[in-house]
Amino acid sequence: MAEKVLAGKAVQVNDEGYFTDPSQWTKEMAVEMAKEYGIELTEKHYQVIDFLRQRYLAGETLTIRRVGNAGIVDIKGLYQLFPGGPLKISSKLAGIPKPASCV
Amino acid sequence: MSKTDEKPLKKVCIICAKGTIEDVYATLVMANGAVMEGIEAKVFFTFFGLDAITKSQMNKLHTGTVGNPAMRMPGGLPFPTILGILPGVEAGVSAMMISQMAQLDIPPVDEFLEMITAGGGEIYACKLAMDMFKLKQEDLWDGVSGVLTVGDFYGKCGGENTQIIFT
Repeated sequence: MAEKVLAGKAVQVNDEGYFTDPSQWTKEMAVEMAKEYGIELTEKHYQVIDFLRQRYLAGETLTIRRVGNAGIVDIKGLYQLFPGGPLKISSKLAGIPKPASCV
Repeated sequence: MSKTDEKPLKKVCIICAKGTIEDVYATLVMANGAVMEGIEAKVFFTFFGLDAITKSQMNKLHTGTVGNPAMRMPGGLPFPTILGILPGVEAGVSAMMISQMAQLDIPPVDEFLEMITAGGGEIYACKLAMDMFKLKQEDLWDGVSGVLTVGDFYGKCGGENTQIIFT
């Protein structure tokens, strides 16, 4: 566990930088974290992030297939939005834990 | 070597030579898992593994019900090998495997391959096995990047921090 300052606020993250308390998350923090990955957040990014947060908070296991079928972007689009980690990076930016799924 | 000294994996080259559900899905899960982590993945299907990328077979894979000591009945009792030889048992067991995987959001073979190629993964067929089974490129799934000799495939497996995995 570590503390990280994002958008002027201290938040709790784990060793890999994932939020340990999703309720600390704000949109401004997502913008700041996205910059570390060289990603400029667009409306599509926010829709994916909102979807991930909603489903995570509803207790669902997230898979890339489920996100791809959400009607926001297809899987190819997800790779373009979050290069190098369509589920991993999007989850980090969404302030939820790293997905514990192999798909 | 401590973890901080390790250089991350950059590329995996996966070879699948068998056509059972478990062999093919092990390959697909590992390839998809790689591209999702930003690791380049190239998959080479050879011998019976070609079934996984042959249009007429890819979504009809079976799991063998004979000669598998790890096979269990639902509930965990051992699965007698003699049961496995009865007509319909292999199909039933295979359907059950697929349905159990579907519950974990694991897709059919063709959709799984699409997920891998959507992430930049590449799928190849073995030329020797194609010749042996009298298969043509048009028999293969449309997303196959090419039919390669083993030498051609090795030619794609170069670079730092690359691993070849034989499932």
